[in-house]
Amino acid sequence: MALLEVKDLRTSFFTDAGEVKAVDGISFNLDHGKVLGIVGESGSGKSVTAYSIMQILAPTGRIVGGSVKLEGQELVGADESTLRHMRGNKISIIFQDPMTSLNPTYTVGHQLMEAIMLHTKRNRRQARERALEMLRLVNVNDPEKRMKQYPYEHSGGMRQRIMIAMALACEPDILIADEPTTALDVTIQAQILELMQDLQKKLGMAIIMITHDLGVVAQMCDEIIVMYAGGICERGTADAIFYHPHHEYTKGLLRSIPRDENNGQRLQPITGTPIDLLNMPKGCPFAPRCDHAMKICLTERPEEMRMNDEQISRCWMNVKDGIDAGNITVERSASHV
Amino acid sequence: MSENKTLLEVRNLKQYFDINMGFFRSKPLKAVDDVSFSIRKGETLGLVGESGCGKTTVGRSILHLYKPTGGHVIYDGQEISSKESLREFRRKATMVFQDPYSSLNPRMTVSDIVAEPLDVHKLYKTRKEREDRVLELMGYVGLNSEHASRYAHEFSGGQRQRIGIARALAVNPEFIVCDEPVSALDVSIQAQVINMFDDLQDKLGLTYLFIAHDLLVVRHISDRIAVMYLGKMVELADAEEIYKHPLHPYSQSLLSAVPMPDPKTARANKRIVLTGDIPSPLNAPSGCPFRTRCRYARRECAESMPSFEQVAAGHYVACHRVKEIN
Repeated sequence: MALLEVKDLRTSFFTDAGEVKAVDGISFNLDHGKVLGIVGESGSGKSVTAYSIMQILAPTGRIVGGSVKLEGQELVGADESTLRHMRGNKISIIFQDPMTSLNPTYTVGHQLMEAIMLHTKRNRRQARERALEMLRLVNVNDPEKRMKQYPYEHSGGMRQRIMIAMALACEPDILIADEPTTALDVTIQAQILELMQDLQKKLGMAIIMITHDLGVVAQMCDEIIVMYAGGICERGTADAIFYHPHHEYTKGLLRSIPRDENNGQRLQPITGTPIDLLNMPKGCPFAPRCDHAMKICLTERPEEMRMNDEQISRCWMNVKDGIDAGNITVERSASHV
Repeated sequence: MSENKTLLEVRNLKQYFDINMGFFRSKPLKAVDDVSFSIRKGETLGLVGESGCGKTTVGRSILHLYKPTGGHVIYDGQEISSKESLREFRRKATMVFQDPYSSLNPRMTVSDIVAEPLDVHKLYKTRKEREDRVLELMGYVGLNSEHASRYAHEFSGGQRQRIGIARALAVNPEFIVCDEPVSALDVSIQAQVINMFDDLQDKLGLTYLFIAHDLLVVRHISDRIAVMYLGKMVELADAEEIYKHPLHPYSQSLLSAVPMPDPKTARANKRIVLTGDIPSPLNAPSGCPFRTRCRYARRECAESMPSFEQVAAGHYVACHRVKEIN
């Protein structure tokens, strides 16, 4: 049994302008000790996916369908006490901006100990010990002094370490990291990513890494999900996604970022602008920007197609390629000819 | 693309800000401290470094958006000092800002935003001339006439950045300071804007100072790259040269820290992970600013700031131990 099973998850926000389908039917499994990357641009639904798993959506948002199972236990529709137990103990989350996720009016030590006492049966003294231990684990120098300081007295990288310490204090099975290094400088990002990799090996938790940075997923992840307009375009191992992409959006992304392969050449951007979630097209959401869009792309949304053991894609081009290569045969009835 | 003629020369540029420490005491924050470099006509000089290193301040001080504390900015052989030379200079040098949301006035239509530099510098005679020029500029950046009467909030981030670029082009500049022009944009839109910068350079013969923290983008667009750390320039070389053979220990770790969008390279990459944080520019270390995080630091590094010297053709480094460690 997979540690986390997400099946056909749908989350919508109900706004004055109408229903926004932020997550529109996504499915994936996560096993113990694996690192899963979710990449996509702003508005692709990657963060909402994470918030839906944790059920920490804004008041206008609601899970409208699908299931999220943690070790076989259904979380969608579960009561608040089950969710409370799950959050922090089983699944923890760290956010992009460590400044706004820490309370500026309490010391770092107070906040760390509060989280530990809330989720475990430790008393104050034991919680303090645990907090110090966690700060040492995330390589914070002089943890005794740091505990007494307020968040503003710490740099961005240090705050993110404290957030990680807090998230891992109860030894969760899954750590969700929502753009954990986007607000940080490159050399600090390298420190935090290395720390996460170390801790993952040491503690053996699974990580869901949400980011728009293809470099970060390439470095960190075993498996990758590429999202666009609330849906999964493609899911597969890191190597499969980077070296054998089977979705036009993934291919477009890889062509549009500067990297070794296209060094010195002109970038090939994806044309058009990101989709308006209030006006979703009927077919494939990427079709309006896709250079290879066919008639069917505009009318029917492709289902998940298994490409091989390592990869799943939702793109009609795979069917066309299959027909062209003779791997798929089509019975042509007289009415189609 | 780049000719050898120097267009802009920056000599010993210093920009200090007085930070109020309370009760009539103040302390200088050395945002830019003794930086010298030059930009050739038609080239793109990339300026990289982490937040607080002074890269944006360099761009702004060059354009005299801040009055430099010291040093010289020499444009096309003429020093920018008097009011007249500055007014002249501002017609040739403009800026594109990072945040396409806050850098456009929400109460102005796109055509008024784009035409504002024309109004300021009185670059048209008739209404019609102004209108034609605005449409021409919008054409350069891929916007059309129906966009002209709309307001900035009606546009996406990528389109807003195009408006900002059209405004920068209004005075027919030769030199543009691009301050993180693509960092606020989505990946798929970044490439469109980067290509536009490339095309405009070819078409209009522009020279860019391209400030960014995304090293892969900078490598793509730049002919030469300069690296800054805590107000000092530590290395300057051709883009490929600095990527293949960075000589300063800071550039080495900075470049190795970039997550490469390629799983095999990323796994094989030997990262030099720096310990500690960037010191506050208010309490910059003595001598070399990088010494507190440098694994090669010796006593001499604390005693004096290494000079910015040419160690190979066109490759400048400021490090006492550059010869020993490479």
